[in-house]
Amino acid sequence: MSNNLQTFTKGLIKENPILVLLLGCCPTLATTTSAINGMSMGLATTFVLVLSNIFISLLKGFIPDKVRIPCFIVVIASFVTVVQLVMQAYVPDIYETLGLFIPLIVVNCIVLGRAEAFASKNPVFPSLLDGLGMGLGFTLALTLLGCIREFLGSGSIFGLTILPETANILVFILPPGAFICLGFVIAIVNKLKKENH
Amino acid sequence: MKYLIIILSTILVNNVIFSQFLGICPFLGTSKKTSTALGMGAAVIFVLTMATLVTWLTNQYILIPLKLTFLQTIAFILIIAALVQMVEIILKKISPSLYTALGVFLPLITTNCAVLGVSLTVVTKEFNYGGVAHMLSLGESIVYAVGIALGFAMALVIFAGIREHIDLMEPPKGMKGTPIALITAGILALAFMGFTGIV
Amino acid sequence: MAKKKESTLINMLVALLVIAAVSGGVLGLVYGVTKDAIAEVDQKKNEAAIQAVLPLENVTYKADTMKFNYEGVDLTFPCNLAYDANGNFQGAAVKTSEGGFGGKIDMMVGFLADGTIKGTSVLSHAETPGLGANMTGKFKDQFVDKNPASYKLTVTKDGGDVDAITAATITSRAFSKAVNKAYQAFMANKAQFMNNTPAKEAAPAVEAAPAEENNETEGGQSNE
Repeated sequence: MSNNLQTFTKGLIKENPILVLLLGCCPTLATTTSAINGMSMGLATTFVLVLSNIFISLLKGFIPDKVRIPCFIVVIASFVTVVQLVMQAYVPDIYETLGLFIPLIVVNCIVLGRAEAFASKNPVFPSLLDGLGMGLGFTLALTLLGCIREFLGSGSIFGLTILPETANILVFILPPGAFICLGFVIAIVNKLKKENH
Repeated sequence: MKYLIIILSTILVNNVIFSQFLGICPFLGTSKKTSTALGMGAAVIFVLTMATLVTWLTNQYILIPLKLTFLQTIAFILIIAALVQMVEIILKKISPSLYTALGVFLPLITTNCAVLGVSLTVVTKEFNYGGVAHMLSLGESIVYAVGIALGFAMALVIFAGIREHIDLMEPPKGMKGTPIALITAGILALAFMGFTGIV
Repeated sequence: MAKKKESTLINMLVALLVIAAVSGGVLGLVYGVTKDAIAEVDQKKNEAAIQAVLPLENVTYKADTMKFNYEGVDLTFPCNLAYDANGNFQGAAVKTSEGGFGGKIDMMVGFLADGTIKGTSVLSHAETPGLGANMTGKFKDQFVDKNPASYKLTVTKDGGDVDAITAATITSRAFSKAVNKAYQAFMANKAQFMNNTPAKEAAPAVEAAPAEENNETEGGQSNE
């Protein structure tokens, strides 16, 4: 059981896909203009990650080794399309904001990476936990970045205005701010990691 | 004239890295040396152009007539994966020297989101080149793809040049490696913002 | 743990085909379920936009398109015409677009029968957040209740009457130009709408709903 717990929690902090492993940078930079956008993107990815991990773990005996990558891609792309259609139908506003980056979950290195490194070698339940942990770690990092950028750039967090408009540093919700912000957050994480050792 | 506008806008104004955030992983991963950056850039130009050509045709002549456009994502990623594999095999056979130069980068390109991103963009988004908003024709799509790929290669090479110099510096410990690279990319993106609005 | 299948050609083909077929089937199902919801979302959005730009009481809306040659280019504008109970033409909500700073700006503009702008609404845009994107606030409200016959639809910098957004002149120009296009198209086609009231046609009110839906599918892809 403690093993399962570890499978779940490692993605949250120790092997956080963005802050530590640096996977999936494109949506991280593009969709974190506000906390809510970052969180939606994270949750959409988590959904795909959990389901593709479960199914790939189930199918691992059926898929011959040489064609495993194309098979994984088909499974992942199917779930991405499901997410795309469902979001378009029921949360159209968020779908429009995230736009191109919903279909691009297919090529998010985290999803294929977990399928290849974990789900194709492990039973269903641990694969589910692994996907959930990694997904939530991703969501956490995206929400954090979204909060920072939204606070600095538009003076609010989750749409709740905190600072007056004159205190906004616009550049943080523009592309350059994304790079700079992520750079500083990773630097802080590196620093904390060193102190722990 | 219209094609010139597309090229300018994709290379400078809507640079794929600095304003659209596509292909960041290879951008950070293969920019440690200028020579590697050149190889990756060339491979992307090649694959992106081919992929856009094939996916545009597939969309226009298979998916739209069959009303299957909701399968775009899944169809395009499979086409791109197959295409990359095929290019790899063909290159190996007919031009071993080119293969040794580009070979190691090809498998990485399947998961380069710039390729899927561009093939999806050209078939779903309306553009305003030449005054009237319209879906891109085949010719315009190809020019768009070439422009995006050139923009990617240019950004990659510029960035690699800067990183080679950064390696000789001594930044604060926590900043070493990725953080300082990201902040440099941020400053480059600021510079590229100066181009917005010219087209 | 199940043993891995060997990578023989048949095994590989079977695995790929089965997975592709199953996922194709599942996606077809999901598409069937969500299709109506997606269409409904689009239609609701359209209706909300019409209400926002042309808030009239006791009118029925009828979807239509108008053609207009703007600066040498033939453009088609999807629009919704408002008629009161007696079949008198009250105004129209016109879809229009123009290239802005970051991409295309899609808009809807409501006109009263005399050409007065009743409201403007941005349907989609890609302008810079915090600068051009501010057009959806105070900027767009300055057009309300103005009649372009006496209100020049260009920014003050170009000698017009529109107060541009600070540091976003290109967006302001594009916005004004889009409104101007819609206005000219509306004025050119107005006479035809006045004569062509639904009261004079066979089945008026009932037809409004499906016709609007029709407009949805065309509206998204039309060349403006």
